[in-house]
Amino acid sequence: MSDEYNQKNTPIKAQSSETTSGSSGSSKDIDYVRPAELPEQDLYHGHSFITKWIFCQDAKVIGVQYFLTAVFTGIVGLVLSWLMRLQLGFPELVPFITAEHYYQFVTMHGMIMVVYFLTALFLGGFGNYLIPLMVGARDMVFPYVNMVSFWMFFIAVCVLMASFFVPGGPTGAGWTLYPPQAILPGTPGSNMGIILMLVSLSLFVIGFTMGGLNYIITILQARTRGMTLMRMPLTIWGIFTATALAMLAFPALLVSCIMMTLDKMLGTSFFMPTILQAGEVLSYGGGSPVLFQHLFWFFGHPEVYIVALPAFGIVSDLISVHARKNIFGYRMMVWAIVGIGALSFFVWAHHMYVSGMNPWFGFFFATTTLIIAVPTALKVYNWIITLFRANIRMNTVMLFCLGFIVTFVNGGITGIFLGNVAVDIPLSDTYFVIAHFHMVMGIAPLMVIMGAVYHWFPLVTGRMLSEKLGKWHFWFTFLGAYSIYFPMHYLGFIGVPRRYFEMYDSPYVTSATGMNEFITVAALIVGFSQLIFIYNIVTSLSIGKPAGKNPWKANSLEWLTPEVPPAHGNWGEKLPVIHRWPYDFNVPGAKEDYITQTTPPSEVISAEVEKT
Amino acid sequence: MHPGIIFLGVIVGSVLFHIFTPWWWTDIASNWGAMDDTINLTFWIGGGVFVLVCLFMVYCVLKFSYKEGRKVEYKPEDHKLEKILTIATTIGVIALLAPGLIVYNNYINTPKNALHVEVNAWQWGWQYRLPGEDGILGTAHVAKISDDNPFGINLDDPNGKDDILIQDDVLHLKKNRPVKILLRSLDVLHNFYVPQFRAKMDAIPGIITYYWFEPNKIGEYEVLCAEYCGVGHYAMRAKVIVQSEGNYDNWIKEQETFSDLIAKQNNDKLKLTIVAKNKN
Repeated sequence: MSDEYNQKNTPIKAQSSETTSGSSGSSKDIDYVRPAELPEQDLYHGHSFITKWIFCQDAKVIGVQYFLTAVFTGIVGLVLSWLMRLQLGFPELVPFITAEHYYQFVTMHGMIMVVYFLTALFLGGFGNYLIPLMVGARDMVFPYVNMVSFWMFFIAVCVLMASFFVPGGPTGAGWTLYPPQAILPGTPGSNMGIILMLVSLSLFVIGFTMGGLNYIITILQARTRGMTLMRMPLTIWGIFTATALAMLAFPALLVSCIMMTLDKMLGTSFFMPTILQAGEVLSYGGGSPVLFQHLFWFFGHPEVYIVALPAFGIVSDLISVHARKNIFGYRMMVWAIVGIGALSFFVWAHHMYVSGMNPWFGFFFATTTLIIAVPTALKVYNWIITLFRANIRMNTVMLFCLGFIVTFVNGGITGIFLGNVAVDIPLSDTYFVIAHFHMVMGIAPLMVIMGAVYHWFPLVTGRMLSEKLGKWHFWFTFLGAYSIYFPMHYLGFIGVPRRYFEMYDSPYVTSATGMNEFITVAALIVGFSQLIFIYNIVTSLSIGKPAGKNPWKANSLEWLTPEVPPAHGNWGEKLPVIHRWPYDFNVPGAKEDYITQTTPPSEVISAEVEKT
Repeated sequence: MHPGIIFLGVIVGSVLFHIFTPWWWTDIASNWGAMDDTINLTFWIGGGVFVLVCLFMVYCVLKFSYKEGRKVEYKPEDHKLEKILTIATTIGVIALLAPGLIVYNNYINTPKNALHVEVNAWQWGWQYRLPGEDGILGTAHVAKISDDNPFGINLDDPNGKDDILIQDDVLHLKKNRPVKILLRSLDVLHNFYVPQFRAKMDAIPGIITYYWFEPNKIGEYEVLCAEYCGVGHYAMRAKVIVQSEGNYDNWIKEQETFSDLIAKQNNDKLKLTIVAKNKN
């Protein structure tokens, strides 16, 4: 079933563009696909160990490199979160956690998880591995630039990690790095720490731009014959839109990093007004701290969707494959992804309702923010409608998808609290915010990442992961993470402010001591339960059940390569030819419960497929 | 056990937690009850959607678990259903947004009779300035701050002389008198936040920000800094005492004005400047 495109040689003649409604009815006509417009790409084939595995130009290897580097930084971020939770749950239990250290942990945890873990994992990891395979290309269009992209990312991670070892330690400015405090002595790591952070972010943006241009151009230019935009898997739509957002949003981060570096090192005053510190007026003057916040959130809000959109796309595909049913409302799903992406550039100041910006902005940004809830809600409806009258495999992948739906809906709805300006005022800067964004852009995307690993591990390695361990891993992670963040909202209702090293004995806060201890214990359990995952991956590499071809009976192209795992160049002799969308599951009249994208209509003559 | 049952347990558990939680808002002590009402409204609509969506998911999972040869619906799109869902969601969103914007409009429009109170924040402490009998705060600038002029009041501005200076972190407020909090920061971002008043706003060096509320319950309240301001952030507390009119008036009589402060200090240069200004 998987590599039949080799035998089918579609005729290259007439220019009529319709693919399925041939009038003559002969099998040749209904299988017609427009000829390729561009010649095939020449690939560089590495021969030595270094060119094959280190400075490698194969997007699949680069994807795995991105993945492993991101997971390594993610583990650092996880350990930092434990240290923070130990301080919050059991103050003074760990004597070496001082206030300085605590704020450094907070900052590094936030920045690592958002930028170096989630962004790099979804776009660098899944993007590199899946884009060429899913659109039917042999590789990214610029393989060399793609390789440089990874190594820039790698250097950015090294610079970031180096900041742990410089005098003064890493920056403790909070992941939002708000000036003036970020570069003043009242904040830990305000010398080398903050400089290395800004340099590392700048390197990340430069490296990421190289990768991002590759993803966009590959998706637009290198799709195989028959792979129209509206036949692309939603995974690709999500990654594509997220990358477009990244290309537009990251420059704002880059300029704010450059400007803050100048403020720090050359004494310019982009973000620095007249400041009195320790009785001395500093030599700054005339700058605006709010300007930084606008720049930061102009990047920072699209950043949320840079993480969320690939997750939306991937989870749509996972749900469809494992529910054995087409994704409901594909076209609406595509437009929702694109619409959310576009709207995400008009909502940034909802992070700044109490920042002291002109209060009239509140009306505009509250309105745009709640508008974005509509396409987001539609996506949720479509996921659950896909489950209706389906045939749902209750495997680990599906469990993670269901976990995603629960946490995402929960976090999405608390987002409506915070987006509505009058509701945000009492809740902003409290634990409600922490609970909200961890639920919606921490746990929910993580559920998708883990589901995606269980789903695509057989493709990458040729072996299945253990289902039994997978289920244990899921329940520990899902139930544990939910019991961390669901009660945490209620700390925010009490009014417990975020970024407090210690609460002392504020009367309304002492009632929360028990909850803080519980959350810390849950966080430790969730963290340690990831060892099950790591153990599963490591052992399955050698003793996992061989996967064979297309073990999930999926339709999309990545499962249809001649070799599993796919070799360099992906497609053997000939590129595949696409005849349909990837969601033809349980089509009435078809013999099997799936029809792959490469199956020509003449082979499934009796199937009553809707035209895609 | 079928996984759907565990998911059901999570949903039921969430609802029960919400009903029986011992953790809830502090008793409100200001006029912003409308904020609590909008939160409640959002809770009912949002919570309802959460429960419905998750219950539907659990139903599907229980009902349509994998069975060899199960008949599966093949329906890529349903325009009517999609339209209904879009419209229903839009109505729900408007129902949440409209009351929120009305409350916000009240929040940014200060009543005319509001007492102005300047909050001065720095790493890491608070002090306050109230207008004197003229009801107007004199202008001030960070660069003018010195030991003799702790608020940096502009000596050219006659409104500043009768300003009442409170070089202490305890602020007294009169019950049922709206206050407009004018926030100044000397160094980095801060935020003057009393959970019981619900309201908050950042203080930013270089500009003056504001918000208002009307304290309506006598008592003592803890002030927390709600914008991260460096390593002492968590220790940046203060106190607000809301009291009856009589007690408040007694308190305010005892406070020092800027002129008192100048007179007390043995700084001839400053005194001369003030005298010279008065002659003009």
